[in-house]
Amino acid sequence: MPDIDLGVTPLRELNAALHRLTPETNERHWVIENPAGRHAIAAGLHVPVTVEINGPVGYYCAGMNKLATVLVHGSAGVGVAENMMSGFVHVSGDASQAAGATGRGGLLRIDGNASSRCGISMKGIDIVVKGSVGHMSAFMAQAGNLVVLGDAGDSLGDSIYEAKLFVRGSVKSLGADCIEKEMRDEHKAAVHDVLARAGFNSEVDPSEFKRYGSARKLYNFNVDHAGEY
Amino acid sequence: MCGIVGLFLKDPALEPELGRLTARMLATMSDRGPDSAGFAVYGAGEAGQTKLTLRGASPLAMEETAAEIESAFPGAKTILHDTHAVIAVPDQEVEAVIKWLEREAPETEVVGRGKRMELYKEVGLPQKVAERFDLAAMRGTHAIGHTRMATESAVTTDGAHPYSTGKDQCLVHNGSLSNHNNLRRELKREGLRFETENDTEVAAGYLTWRMREGLSLGDALKVSLDDLDGFYTFVVGTENGLGVLRDGIACKPAIMAETDKYVAFGSEYRVLAELPGIGQARVWEPEPATVYFWER
Amino acid sequence: MDATPKITPRKSSTFDDYSLSEIRRAAASGLYDIRGGGAKRKVPHFDDLLFLGASISRYPLEGYREKCATDVWLGTRFAEKPIHLKIPITIAGMSFGSLSAQAKEALGRGASQMGTSTTTGDGGMTEEERGHSTILVYQLLPSRYGMNPDDLRRADAIEIVIGQGAKPGGGGMLLGQKISDRVAEMRTLPKGIDQRSACRHPDWTGPDDLEIKIQELREITDWQKPIYIKVGASRPYYDTALAVKAGADVVVLDGMQGGTAATQEVFIEHVGLPILGAIRPSVQALQDLGMHRKVQLIVSGGIRSGADVAKALALGADAVSIGTAALVALGDNDPALEDEYQALGTTAGAYDDWHEGRCPAGITTQDAALAERLDPALGGRRLANYLSVLTLETQTIARACGKSHVHNLEPEDLVALTVEAAAMAKVPLAGTDWIPGSKSD
Repeated sequence: MPDIDLGVTPLRELNAALHRLTPETNERHWVIENPAGRHAIAAGLHVPVTVEINGPVGYYCAGMNKLATVLVHGSAGVGVAENMMSGFVHVSGDASQAAGATGRGGLLRIDGNASSRCGISMKGIDIVVKGSVGHMSAFMAQAGNLVVLGDAGDSLGDSIYEAKLFVRGSVKSLGADCIEKEMRDEHKAAVHDVLARAGFNSEVDPSEFKRYGSARKLYNFNVDHAGEY
Repeated sequence: MCGIVGLFLKDPALEPELGRLTARMLATMSDRGPDSAGFAVYGAGEAGQTKLTLRGASPLAMEETAAEIESAFPGAKTILHDTHAVIAVPDQEVEAVIKWLEREAPETEVVGRGKRMELYKEVGLPQKVAERFDLAAMRGTHAIGHTRMATESAVTTDGAHPYSTGKDQCLVHNGSLSNHNNLRRELKREGLRFETENDTEVAAGYLTWRMREGLSLGDALKVSLDDLDGFYTFVVGTENGLGVLRDGIACKPAIMAETDKYVAFGSEYRVLAELPGIGQARVWEPEPATVYFWER
Repeated sequence: MDATPKITPRKSSTFDDYSLSEIRRAAASGLYDIRGGGAKRKVPHFDDLLFLGASISRYPLEGYREKCATDVWLGTRFAEKPIHLKIPITIAGMSFGSLSAQAKEALGRGASQMGTSTTTGDGGMTEEERGHSTILVYQLLPSRYGMNPDDLRRADAIEIVIGQGAKPGGGGMLLGQKISDRVAEMRTLPKGIDQRSACRHPDWTGPDDLEIKIQELREITDWQKPIYIKVGASRPYYDTALAVKAGADVVVLDGMQGGTAATQEVFIEHVGLPILGAIRPSVQALQDLGMHRKVQLIVSGGIRSGADVAKALALGADAVSIGTAALVALGDNDPALEDEYQALGTTAGAYDDWHEGRCPAGITTQDAALAERLDPALGGRRLANYLSVLTLETQTIARACGKSHVHNLEPEDLVALTVEAAAMAKVPLAGTDWIPGSKSD
């Protein structure tokens, strides 16, 4: 179980070592000490190992993650798990802007609050936020599920495509072409499934969520909707 | 573009540490801004006295000018800091000193004035700049600092932040305004003077103008949301406090940390990582279009 | 008495035929005009510059025997595996989606044959493209369509797109007609809808945060690949300086004549600079930072002949990029298809409604029947021929100026035919030593 102190080992060396791992590696559990807000920690992982980071991380932690499990015991900076392909990223603290940005798969769980633009341009990632999300979350969100146990800020889902948004608390305002939609059984099941995968063990009731998604009025240009652009 | 740091101390026991903590925060922000750096420290002030921070062309030139001021104005006391000097003069002599400087030492710039504020800025790596002025030894109640990656204006000391356009007031900025040229023209008609083409100087001038017209700093920051266009995070220093404002879109980063001993600001979390008690601090990102202000 | 003669009907220069037709179209549709290509109106360009060939004080090189080298290294600043091109002409970013798969394959074949690179576009990397391009540059755009770390790692270079010359400040645009099944899947979009586009990157804004993004991309790719930054010509001095400060290996500068797949007509014609006015400021920024030739500069926007290539290099660029010209080499706007262009309401040489996806040449379309008209192998050969001619022409001019490497062309080899070109390119008006606007002016 490799134990790395980023105060001693250069980040480039750590990331290079992680990138050299093969799927058959025995070094399946890594612990990183002293991240001290550094950027791009554990970015570009591509094997199913676990990386635990004890402390706050900077920008783009677990960026483009594939197959790996990354556990941040602390807060995360801008773009945590950006463009994630698969795997699981769990932030015990807060996450800054653009958490899960353009993510294409996998699961991102944030126990604190996520800041503005959570799930911006998401393309299939599932994101669960125990706290609240900030303004412009799910901006241009194309696919995937965003599940927020707390509240959402202004302009939720502005310009949204086909991603599904579920918010348990209040929504300060909805963005262009984003509307509240009916919460049917299949949606409750989807929420339950995402929460279960994120480790919530039935402690949260999916019926308490409201669903938001695209009104699909911007899908083909119509002059009467020109004001929405 | 830039890195910003700010530190407002609630606990007087930390005042001797202000400079040391600020210097370390500034050094961490070198990556965001290697071109130049500056900071303002709010230390001790004396009733009836104004501190003028001057910047000369070189340490020697500054020393000579300071000596000349002391002989021309017996009430003035100067302390030298490399290319800068802080001159304490009785309030009623301030205008005379400024006029004297314009006549006798036009290359010497008045970068700051106020009861408590001292302002320093130079070209070079932030860590070196802090060392030149021995920021680590300075004490006070609050400080703001800035590291610069020049965008649309030149890398000169004039382009460095903080900008001060009023007594004890200064501003640092991360972002890019988009209507500052028009605003500068309007503010010039209102009588304000500008030394650079820099957008931050316009923002500082705008706030000074609003406060001159009677608004509090908080209200001036509020109306600035309508009048200033672009992306910005501002940290403002005043005689007794520190203010923070992000524009409505809030793309530029901003992190704050608060304990019962201090409130701190940084462009990245790394800036705050070594502050005392940071592990237990409340850490949050300021909301867009919301004025924050702390005052002693 | 004779009848009063009629005066000659006079059309307005301001309200010319084109403007009148556009107002009528806008009134009928309520939608701005969208088209492809770059700026069509006449702007100062390379045509207004001339080379000073060898005479008594300068000696030319013999063709063929006396070498005139054309190779260029890109990415030498930070990348462990910089790119070596045989010729200083690359193929600019154009998406699969805006172009057919056959067109992308043809570009790859032609470029590879000549030892140069192609670039992906706003849709991601296709297998065909990676398979047929020996050197492939992978774009990172605001949309991040198709972005993934595997393609990042199998690319030869990464190009972070801030913007392009046709629309500095605008995002990508692809209308429903071209969002086919395959395109929709690559971009994670519903089929047949109009793609709306982000104009800013989702997870960074500003050069200070760009620096951190570049660091992330380098970490993910273990510092192996050159990282380019592409900007539309707007504030070239500052943009170049900031690209260097943010940590780029290469700057790609695209002028207003550079083409796009689709955007608003007003954006193309009225935003951004001609490439002629952008090169010197960009090179100046590099020189001021001591980075000329260390951070390489690739320029694009209206490169047509080897003369254009030579002039761009003389002004300080390390290489040029072609987009529109490459498509024309493949057969775009060919007069042989005039009947079909007429059926579309246009004529060969003017066809620019590429967003409609009905390209008779099979290039800017997703329609399978049309796309089949382009034979990728033949197209590849035609592109290779064209690149070969560009290179030979550049060498001809360079040799005439006494240069054994095309990079030894310099601004002092040039003069200008007009005051505007002299001012923009910062070279003297021909026959004088006057450079308008220079410090000695």
